[in-house]
Amino acid sequence: MTLSQLEVGEIGIVKEFTDLEMSVKLMEMGCLPGEEIRISRIAPLGDPIAIHVSGYQLSLRKFEASTIILQ
Amino acid sequence: MKADIRVALVGNPNTGKSTLFNILTGLNQKIGNFPGVTVDKKTGFCQLPDGRTAEIIDLPGTYSIYPKSKDESIVFSVLADKSKGLVPDLIVVILDASNLKRNLLLYTQIADLKIPVVVALNMIDVSEKAGIAIDIDLFAKKLGVPVVPVSARKIKGIDQLKSTIAYANKIALQQDTIDVDVIAPQIIAQIKDELKIDNPYFALQLAHQHETLSYLPTEQSDRIEELEKENSFHSQKAQATETIARYNFINDLLYDTVKKPDTAHDETVSNKIDKILTHKVFGFVIFFAILMFIFQAIFSWSAYPMSLIEDLFIWVQSGLTKVLPAGPLVSLLVDGVIAGLSGVMVFIPQIAILFALISILEDTGYMSRVTFMMDKVMRKVGLNGKSVVPLIGGFACAVPSIMSTRNIENWKDRMITIMVTPLVACSARLPVYTLLIALVVPNRNVWWLFNLQGLALTAMYLLSIVSAVVVAFVMKFILKARERGYFIMELPVYRMPRWKNVAFTMYDRSKTFVFQAGKVIIAVSIILWVLKSYGPGDTFARIDQKYSQQQYTKIMTPDSLTKVIASEKLETSYAGVFGHVIEPVIKPLGFDWKIGIALISSFAAREVFVGTMATIYSVEGDADKLESVQQKMHSATNPDTGKPVFTLAVAFSLMMFYAFAMQCASTVAVVYRETKDWRWPAAQFAYMTALAYTASFIVYHWLK
Repeated sequence: MTLSQLEVGEIGIVKEFTDLEMSVKLMEMGCLPGEEIRISRIAPLGDPIAIHVSGYQLSLRKFEASTIILQ
Repeated sequence: MKADIRVALVGNPNTGKSTLFNILTGLNQKIGNFPGVTVDKKTGFCQLPDGRTAEIIDLPGTYSIYPKSKDESIVFSVLADKSKGLVPDLIVVILDASNLKRNLLLYTQIADLKIPVVVALNMIDVSEKAGIAIDIDLFAKKLGVPVVPVSARKIKGIDQLKSTIAYANKIALQQDTIDVDVIAPQIIAQIKDELKIDNPYFALQLAHQHETLSYLPTEQSDRIEELEKENSFHSQKAQATETIARYNFINDLLYDTVKKPDTAHDETVSNKIDKILTHKVFGFVIFFAILMFIFQAIFSWSAYPMSLIEDLFIWVQSGLTKVLPAGPLVSLLVDGVIAGLSGVMVFIPQIAILFALISILEDTGYMSRVTFMMDKVMRKVGLNGKSVVPLIGGFACAVPSIMSTRNIENWKDRMITIMVTPLVACSARLPVYTLLIALVVPNRNVWWLFNLQGLALTAMYLLSIVSAVVVAFVMKFILKARERGYFIMELPVYRMPRWKNVAFTMYDRSKTFVFQAGKVIIAVSIILWVLKSYGPGDTFARIDQKYSQQQYTKIMTPDSLTKVIASEKLETSYAGVFGHVIEPVIKPLGFDWKIGIALISSFAAREVFVGTMATIYSVEGDADKLESVQQKMHSATNPDTGKPVFTLAVAFSLMMFYAFAMQCASTVAVVYRETKDWRWPAAQFAYMTALAYTASFIVYHWLK
């Protein structure tokens, strides 16, 4: 299951990444393996999404969310 | 001013770094460039409690020492490049106390470079309010550096920060955060050995960033490249390992020192605001309402100060012509330099208002929501959510808007934004449109509500946005991407705008515009003045001679005589000659040589069109009054056919030309400044001219 499959309000825990380049950027922003992520909202047009992670709100595109595999 | 120590401010975006910088330095700051790159370098001076003076450098906000944009790459190169004398004696790392985890990543990277560090724990009031309890003493002890709680917004803890800076150690005493050597043992050891570097993290950063560090000698950079191959060093893998290790350290640190309440995050104020502002329907309604407001503000609020500035320059010009003896030098000063200066200054109100509003939107956190909402649409046409701001700004002036594209990290998205922004109908086109529409479009209402002239103007504005989008879409396929596009962006908590910051941004942007664009506009104005004031051979003398004959002096008033002479001189001047030369080229568009002169002189600034028309048609009385120019143009007839010159077809063809052509020396200059490559402004000039010619041609022949 990837992060892009979660609905608003659902929570997942990061397991690993499918894309090395993206993972480096995501990890810098606090999306690390073991970290809890909650979907805060989805942009009005369906993409990007906003997530709550490491104590703050981060937005990323659905494609980028699909590189995050959840536990 | 000579500083005793140099202090650099480093921190994540949205941590109040700039506010802290403004408080520490007051208005005692200056903006320059970092060597070799167009990234603003803000420096200022701060008096320390021990009597010494500190030079404070505000480094661009970044989440990590690994750069994602041009601005961010400055941070490491300033800390690394010892040759420019910019390496700070002390770094103040600013951490957002209410969001410590992500903020600490940058701290651990900076700390491991082993430059003396002080931590400013900003927004301590916000975190206290949220019930976050930080054991500051233990926190400081674990890091091994002084930690000062401050609130930059409420100006609390500043004195303590200043004295901490004054009495900070000259040697780095901070604890190691991670074991750097294990990440890539061999290559770190070799770089340390061969480049005589003692810090392992510095060596590792050289391995990562050597390609982009301009100060590094080529042979050293090549040698590092060789070492990477020998050791099969993989930059991204090493960075991933490092980031995980750093967050492990951070999690341990926060576990011991920070207690957070277990309340649901969902009910924060920010979240409630987001529910409305990024709502499926209200979100867009509010966004368009704000856009309309910005639009209104740029036009209506600036009208009064703009006419004030214009009046001031007219007063200065007429005053000078009265006081100073007539001659070419005075004419150069009055009609060349001062006229050019007026063309620059008149935009200050619009630029100030635009940047005040933009900085309010950015400061409150709303701008990142706009980006969030618009990203999907903008991406479809090859742009980026962040391109929305420059495109809106383009309605005021392309110059500051192109300057504001710097925060678009993706190279391709940024270039496309720069390339299409000048298509957006800027305020300099407004006087041209107003004049031409009033000339040919009847002033009456259709369907009771809509004024025809208003509709025509709206159509020109819509056309500008549509053309920008279409061109962006085409360029999406032409330009090759340098890196993968991504959109990982913080949505900061909503905050009240900092009014001092807003005021400062207004001042700062206006100043940059005046100095950057001003130079070019004045230079072009002087060239145009020469072209308009001199003619080949003794033509000017002959005109003077001709009108000194009695047959003219008797029947004409001195005032109208001057006008006729000016008009005839312009016709025979170099500008007039040029107008005649390009006439065959512009004839298919319905333009005669008089319009040709206006097109040439509009290159300094588009609104010069009105003034040039006034001179060409030797308008009597006040040349700056739109009505009188309009009347003259209305009655102008083609000497060959006897029909009016400004027909509907010609006027609209001319408007098309102004809509698409790059007739703006300042924009050309600023595009060069931002891209550092003449090919970009050249390509832009070429495609816009081609577009202008084609559009005018089609419209002229369609309406003829």
